[in-house]
Amino acid sequence: METFIQQLFNGLTVGSIYALVALGYTMVYGILGLINFAHGDVVMIGAMVALSVTRPLVGVLPGPLVLLIGLVVAAVTCMLLGFTIERVAYRPLRKAPRLAPLITAIGISIVLQQLAMIIWGRGYHPVPTLLPGGMHDLLGAQINDLQLLIIATAAVTMVALMLLVNRTRLGRAMRATAENPEIAALMGVNINRVISATFVIGSALAALAGVMVSSHYGIAHYSMGFMLGLKAFTAAVLGGIGNLGGAMLGGILLGVIEALGAGYIGDLTGGVFGSNYQDVFAFIVLIVVLVFRPSGLMGERVSERA
Amino acid sequence: MSCLLEARGISKQFGGVQALQDVSLTINHGEIYGLIGPNGAGKTTFFNVLTGLYARDAGEVSLDGKPLPLGKPHAISIAGFARTFQNIRLFANMTALENVMVGRHARTASGVIGAILRTAAARGEEQAIRRRAEELLHYVGIGDRTHDLARHLSYGDQRRLEIARALATEPRLLALDEPAAGMNASETAALRTLIEGLRADGITILLIEHDVKLVMGLCDRVAVLDYGRKIAEDVPEQVRRNPAVIEAYLGVGVGAA
Repeated sequence: METFIQQLFNGLTVGSIYALVALGYTMVYGILGLINFAHGDVVMIGAMVALSVTRPLVGVLPGPLVLLIGLVVAAVTCMLLGFTIERVAYRPLRKAPRLAPLITAIGISIVLQQLAMIIWGRGYHPVPTLLPGGMHDLLGAQINDLQLLIIATAAVTMVALMLLVNRTRLGRAMRATAENPEIAALMGVNINRVISATFVIGSALAALAGVMVSSHYGIAHYSMGFMLGLKAFTAAVLGGIGNLGGAMLGGILLGVIEALGAGYIGDLTGGVFGSNYQDVFAFIVLIVVLVFRPSGLMGERVSERA
Repeated sequence: MSCLLEARGISKQFGGVQALQDVSLTINHGEIYGLIGPNGAGKTTFFNVLTGLYARDAGEVSLDGKPLPLGKPHAISIAGFARTFQNIRLFANMTALENVMVGRHARTASGVIGAILRTAAARGEEQAIRRRAEELLHYVGIGDRTHDLARHLSYGDQRRLEIARALATEPRLLALDEPAAGMNASETAALRTLIEGLRADGITILLIEHDVKLVMGLCDRVAVLDYGRKIAEDVPEQVRRNPAVIEAYLGVGVGAA
């Protein structure tokens, strides 16, 4: 039982991060029908930038403040990066066959990884602990401050995003563009701006996720965005790609499934497989969803785009 | 009367098909201008070229003397030109109210920052958008369907919603593409009242219609397209008697019926 609660909280923490990244995938897919495979690497850039900004400040300023500064700089950098990627790599291909932007996305992913390797090297970077590492005993499980902060921040961010999309002028324009960009344009919506805004918002979420994931695992690496991106993509598919609520649900579910799987796989297989097999669960989920419910948990049947 | 929309020498080719050939017309302030023609005559193509959905091969379009930009549909909306569609194209998964609120987009300005900080200006503007959208829904007669998803509305109500959404952009020229298509007699009668009301409120209307009776009864002037060419333009009574028009609709040799 203790293992269960412990893994549930670990899963919620990682799941919140998956959810934030999955939102970036699903928002772009909803509007452009594009799977932005470079999104995971934007997360990595966020983590790396935050690390570079915070390291010299550790001990100079109080930890939480350093974390905040790192986060803000990472967010701004990623927003600029997301804006630029859309402008340079995807916009010229807006009317090209679907495969072209997809391959371009993979190309951008490789470019970002190589760029990060040149700037930050191939090594694993330890991420300084910036929060007082207070442990809390919750129903027999050990939860630290960072985990609580990650879960709470992700929750607040997701509520804010839902309000933005459902209650504001920009959100309305985003939903209209997602349904039919041509008609939205004829109704006076500047769809290029809306698409830029989508990338910028998604990239800000990615930066936040990058800071969270590197703080949580205490490590950052130039290729960390690859697996994280794949898992977040899986989460988006699990929830129903294009559906914001689905991305949140899918992210959290995937995090919990993975954590519970990792927690019990050793006992269940008599020690043959260990928790290092945890990545397997994400892809089992992906396969099961694609076979049995390709439109995802909250997705509707894929409708034709006019 | 002064001229609101002027189209000069519009041509458009699809592969080997000359869909529009050197079509020119002018629409005056405050008039209801009809565009008719047999199936495939190029009416909708002409609409799509005017509203920038298709790029034209040749020709000029200007609204109030200013040329309409090419390849920027949202700028055409901002210039004061709105349209509805022959095959209804609403934002199906948004409510009736939200559909109309999207139409207010270009006439309002508040950005993300205002929305996040919930500044007084942003909140006030959002309320104004909502109020105007509700007024428009009442105006077209579907004020009771405000919070229904667009796809749950009846066919006639969807047409009304399209008109309300177009009106939300504050058009000076409203182009209606076969608004009566698929409507029954009472719906058509209600539509006619609505269009007359729009004109009374100072909106110039370009009407594409198959329902010749509706066009002849409503329009001040009518142009006839056939095989992508304008074959007539006149007041309805004259167009009705025009031999070229009769030939286009009924074929050669049948004569006036």
